Amino acid sequence: MSTKTSILSDHSAPAVDGFRSHKRLTEREGFCGWLFITPALVGFSLFYLLPTIRAFYIGLTNWNLLRAPKFLGLDNYLRLLGDGKFWSSIWVTVLYVLYNIPVQTVLGLLIAVLLKRLTGSVVMRSIMLAPFLVSNVIAAMIWFWMLDPILGFLNFVFEGLGLGRHAFFSDENLALPTIAAINIWRHMGYAALLFYTGLQSIPEHLYEAARIEGASQWKMFSAITLPLLRPTVVFVLVTSVIGSFQIFDTIAVTTQGGPGTATRTIVWYIYQEAFSSMRMGYASAMSTVLFLGLVVVTLVQMRVLRSGESDLG
Amino acid sequence: MKTSASTLPIGRWLGYAVLILFALISLGPLWIAFKTALTGPNSLFGSGGSLLPNDTTLFNFQRVLGFVDPTDPRLQQTGLAKITFFRALLNSVIFTAMAVAPQIFFSATAAYAFARLRFPGRDLLFFLFIAATMIPTAVLFIPNFILIHDLGWLNTFQGMAAPYALMTPFAVFFLRQMFLSTPKDVEEAARIDGASYFSIFFRMILPIHGPSLATLAILTTVSTWNEFFWPFLIGREESVRVIAVAINAFRTQQQAGVPDWTGLMACTVLGVIPMVALLVFFGRKVVESFQFSGMK
Repeated sequence: MSTKTSILSDHSAPAVDGFRSHKRLTEREGFCGWLFITPALVGFSLFYLLPTIRAFYIGLTNWNLLRAPKFLGLDNYLRLLGDGKFWSSIWVTVLYVLYNIPVQTVLGLLIAVLLKRLTGSVVMRSIMLAPFLVSNVIAAMIWFWMLDPILGFLNFVFEGLGLGRHAFFSDENLALPTIAAINIWRHMGYAALLFYTGLQSIPEHLYEAARIEGASQWKMFSAITLPLLRPTVVFVLVTSVIGSFQIFDTIAVTTQGGPGTATRTIVWYIYQEAFSSMRMGYASAMSTVLFLGLVVVTLVQMRVLRSGESDLG
Repeated sequence: MKTSASTLPIGRWLGYAVLILFALISLGPLWIAFKTALTGPNSLFGSGGSLLPNDTTLFNFQRVLGFVDPTDPRLQQTGLAKITFFRALLNSVIFTAMAVAPQIFFSATAAYAFARLRFPGRDLLFFLFIAATMIPTAVLFIPNFILIHDLGWLNTFQGMAAPYALMTPFAVFFLRQMFLSTPKDVEEAARIDGASYFSIFFRMILPIHGPSLATLAILTTVSTWNEFFWPFLIGREESVRVIAVAINAFRTQQQAGVPDWTGLMACTVLGVIPMVALLVFFGRKVVESFQFSGMK
């Protein structure tokens, strides 16, 4: 390539114009591309790419951080198969997801439809979003206080309603549903806003046509709203299921896995193995299994909900 | 246009009633926290079922922020924890600033390269960045903890902010989508006029996409301010711990006896105030940002 390369011909062959070029490096597209990406690439490599590979490797070892890691091969994975605590934590987590997701999704949809039909007010939408702006820790703290067996406001309310007082967080049967309720409170308004955005993209003339044909409200909801909202529903379900499987903050603040093993979810168990028992290898093996499990759950959801297809058009 | 709901006033009123009920459910717990924070520590017992503060006082806010003289006799009463929340608020501000500001800048430079510049390996890299959004925190926290530990960065702000400071996959993906949504004719014309890629990035891309950068800043600031797991692993010492870590510590340090609820609720209110202020002052922008966060 000639040394008289103009900036325009830069697009054609950046690789060959070499050091003889009079053009400064910073004028070359390929060089600038790499330059602009370098800081992000360093961050990505250090905190995403290499740790993922390293987590897999640590999972093949026995390592307490004090002595050098000892290579075990697949021993951690074999041990995991026979670990009742692991399976019970998976079960507790699945149960939590089953308490959390359906209620949160249905309430989110209900709020979204009401917002769409009755008011588009920003104030109302802000109020619905407010709990999501409160951190998990603070939400858990406030509910822990409201449900305090002796002084908690909600226990006064339940008593007044004749339902009696309950020690929600120290009752084996109530602890997990209570933690699910806290997260439903925090997330339902956010889910509603996402659904609301999806509802706004449904053409109004479809409802008008249905009305002319005398369709009922329920018929319109099930035949128009739900199918056309499917891409949004898939997105909300997939992201909230992935998030739910990793519940940790609320448990750390309230029950710490208890009472007994009632709220020992998988991430809580991984955290405990890593930082209380200092078994980095075993904890990493479990986290790898969780990763693969989440990939499978996501693929199944997308398959079942046929996320790739659109009903519009 | 008349909707069928308006021809059915009962259904419409019922709808409003349900919506207001949900609004009360959303705000109720925040009110309970607020009224408890305003209640005198000695008056808590016996006011649990009340909707209004009993013996209204700002004493709890003053004491958790350290504005009360340590020799003040009111601090000597039983059941009050030693809460140093002012430091935690300051730490949250430092942590959030250190994690968010460079993250947005470097994610923007990367997004510009992905959206506009051609360079070898670009598509593969972008695919890897997107794939990284699937990796759960539970996989990353052990190796990342070990890295920060080996760097000697435990209990430092740089250790807490490092994984967020250079990029997050979401930020890069989001900005790339935004940059792709505007035509590149003007940038190409500027190239022909001899503008460098740097001046196009700083003088055109950043200003044109101000609103998108603001949206990302809101989403990232809220999630970083509320972050718990990573700061909890890296920064537990009083000098660096953020509000979520501090509140958790204040609660667990009193395993025996009744927790210092009025003090804890004062902390939760102080921790929520910046977020409420964001909603009050930039309501529309915040609401739209979060509505937008679900779009792909």
